[in-house]
Amino acid sequence: MAAIERTYPHLMADLFAGYAEALLASELSPGSHKAAWDEMFAQPRDVTSELEARPNYSDLICAFNQMTPAELRGRTDALASSYLAQGVTFDFAGEERPFPLDAVPRIINEAEWVHVEAGIKQRVRVLEAFLADVYGPQEAIRDGVIPARVVVSSPNFLRQAMGIVSANGVRVHVAGIDLIRDEAGAWRVLEDNVRVPSGVSYVISNRQVMTQTLPELFQAMTVRGVDDYPSRLLASLRASAPDGVEDPVVVVLTPGVFNSAYYEHTLLARLMGVELVEGRDLFCSGGYVWMRTTRGPERVDVIYRRVDDDFIDPLQFRAGSVLGAPGLLTVARLGHVTLANGVGNGVADDKLVYTYMPDLIRYYLGEEPILPNVDTWRLEEPDALEEVLDRLDELVVKPVDGSGGKGLVVGSNATSDQLKKLRSTLLKNPRGWIAQPIVQLSTIPTLVADGIRPRHSDLRPFAVNGGDEVWVLPGGLTRVALPEGVLVVNSSQGGGSKDTWVLGSGSPSDHDFVDESVKRRPPSMHGQQQFSPHPDDPARYTQQMQHQQQACVEVSPSAESSALLMLGEEESC
Amino acid sequence: MLSRVAESLFWIGRYLERADGTARILDVHLQLVLEDPLIDEAVACRSLMYIMGSPVPDDAQITGEDVLTILATDRKNSSSIVYSLLSARENGRRAREIISTELWECLNTVTQHIPKRIAAERIHGFFNWVRERMAMAAGIADTTMSRDEAYQFFILGQSLERADMTARLLATRAVSEAHSPSWTTLLRSCGAYEACLRTCRGTPSTQEAAEFLLLDRLFPRSVIYSVTRALNAVRDLDPTGGRTGVSTAAQRVLGHAISNLEYLSIDEIIQNLPHRMDRIQIATSAASEAIKLSYFPSDAIPTWVGEQT
Repeated sequence: MAAIERTYPHLMADLFAGYAEALLASELSPGSHKAAWDEMFAQPRDVTSELEARPNYSDLICAFNQMTPAELRGRTDALASSYLAQGVTFDFAGEERPFPLDAVPRIINEAEWVHVEAGIKQRVRVLEAFLADVYGPQEAIRDGVIPARVVVSSPNFLRQAMGIVSANGVRVHVAGIDLIRDEAGAWRVLEDNVRVPSGVSYVISNRQVMTQTLPELFQAMTVRGVDDYPSRLLASLRASAPDGVEDPVVVVLTPGVFNSAYYEHTLLARLMGVELVEGRDLFCSGGYVWMRTTRGPERVDVIYRRVDDDFIDPLQFRAGSVLGAPGLLTVARLGHVTLANGVGNGVADDKLVYTYMPDLIRYYLGEEPILPNVDTWRLEEPDALEEVLDRLDELVVKPVDGSGGKGLVVGSNATSDQLKKLRSTLLKNPRGWIAQPIVQLSTIPTLVADGIRPRHSDLRPFAVNGGDEVWVLPGGLTRVALPEGVLVVNSSQGGGSKDTWVLGSGSPSDHDFVDESVKRRPPSMHGQQQFSPHPDDPARYTQQMQHQQQACVEVSPSAESSALLMLGEEESC
Repeated sequence: MLSRVAESLFWIGRYLERADGTARILDVHLQLVLEDPLIDEAVACRSLMYIMGSPVPDDAQITGEDVLTILATDRKNSSSIVYSLLSARENGRRAREIISTELWECLNTVTQHIPKRIAAERIHGFFNWVRERMAMAAGIADTTMSRDEAYQFFILGQSLERADMTARLLATRAVSEAHSPSWTTLLRSCGAYEACLRTCRGTPSTQEAAEFLLLDRLFPRSVIYSVTRALNAVRDLDPTGGRTGVSTAAQRVLGHAISNLEYLSIDEIIQNLPHRMDRIQIATSAASEAIKLSYFPSDAIPTWVGEQT
């Protein structure tokens, strides 16, 4: 990976000015023992050495090289105003702000992507196998691969979900597997998300707005398309419809316009061409789910629900919820509706269960993990707890069922008061927390106030399980932490995003309505297939011209010529 | 389609038309109040507020500036232009997966450019801007929406509101003749002046002008044209009508309103213009209510309200 291809001395003066210094400074910053892996440049030896680009990025740098810093700012503003117009925004202290998208993309080459893709597919297969097992025969527990107490103590292990499964056995229709690149440049799984992973809409809209705003960047290389996602998702949802339904009615269930991911819900419904429903649009009756339409009730077969388990059915879970529909789980148990993703999936992305994933891969699939985990301490093991409490200030501690970076504490950034509080929390509830070493997430050049600077990033690839095969969206959502040195990238914590490019042609026609079996004929420039030119009304036009010219000739020598000419023009208009 | 989404489309149509109509009415009236020294500002403003459905208490003072605030820029008042723009956008958001991206961006960007306040010399520019944006939204809807149920609900809302707005415009003239703009100005405000001139072959009389805005079957802003368009939309939404009578309450109400306009003598209508215009407004709201009952019945159905914990 560390190949050094070209150097760009002239860059030091403009777009990437100060970047080498920033890379060197971050290495020396307190709390970081090793330098983060920079996605675009090799670590410079000292300030005087020139930046050495990694081969993935050399063409991109050439393209950026045509741009002045002012122009890059201009394009960045254009990205933001396009998002504002589209309503791709989030609420910041009551003000609508565009979702932050950085102009510098992340690039993953073909070979690297083959590795990541295989790792994601493996991960989804093991998550499916694990869910089928814990909500079924529970063989892994019996065989001692994972302790029963770990499974049943997970707050997201739902007894109500026992026996509820879609007709084709799929529970993880959509997975978002968070990856990071460690200091050595190796990809690792940071966490699994198999409940309602969000963010895919930004992958789609980021690409769209990037091609509109920075088209020249795309000319330098072949980037795989991302707009296949909605049709893959729809195919997966339809494939898991209840038995005997020939043309299933699929809907997207949203908590409503006030949900922070509402934009994503509308985008997916729109691009799949299905209804976007709220809880109040649905009701259960006679063992089926119906939606209220202008022509009366219509049966619903598959619900891609973006409502958490807790809120999906007030008869089973939170009685106060009006976001789901009473009775939904009963209909699902009857096999008359498919809920995607499956209810109770949260047990599989519990962060303590995560530590067992490598063993579970070996157990269920008989394979070695392709993508390693990040080293993790299980705090319910007394020795581990003791060690973690000892070294709290140099570790990251996370709640096992959190998402969006909620509750996460980076030891080196915490005050002694916070650490003290954390210590007692951990002692009280060791099952609820895990600890990991502080991994310097890889950095990517990102435009901030001072110019282009290294910022920490992660990657969330999205996988869709169609039953027969797992499909991984080429790329995924790259999130960057915008403040300097910060390691938490979640958008709810002020993170930004980047377009993620996977190079290579990939499967033919990643996105088009073209049926591959139909060979397109090249358009013929000769023969009968010519288009006629646009018709015009030449007769009238010529007549008026003549008329007008005549008037000009007649009056031209006189002083009134200009006035008359104007009159003539007015008449002819 | 989903009842909830159908309702949103109906209201997008209504709010767009309301913003447009209110901008047209305010434009001519406020211009007059500010320019004509002979007009009693308070009386003119009071009658305008009355017509626009926001009557002012007898003892309250009101100026042109107040009218501008209440009917144009107030974000909370449901009769104001800005409120209509915001509500159209909000409904667009709720029907986001049904309307085209272009229409959504149009509704969305309008609300991002709403001025906080408008200086007196800029009001004409503001009303012009509103009209242009509303024409753009209507044009986008026209060229990007399939002629399906969603479109019919949009047209239905638009037509009902337009009938209502033209009726109000006519009523402003009738309520206080001395303090209201001339017929020429009224015709101009809804782009009907030239069309009316051509139709009447010369300067229209009071009767001809009123007749044109009320009863012209070819002019798209006339009351009868708008009500007929609404009726057609209702018919298209419910194609099950049998051989006898009409099948829905909305059809009945709208048909009744059309007959009243067509078969009363024009003298009768003009002599009693405020009352007749009031009837039109009653008919449009009755139709609106009937449509709500048959297509958006969510209020009438028992739902889970959540258990308080």
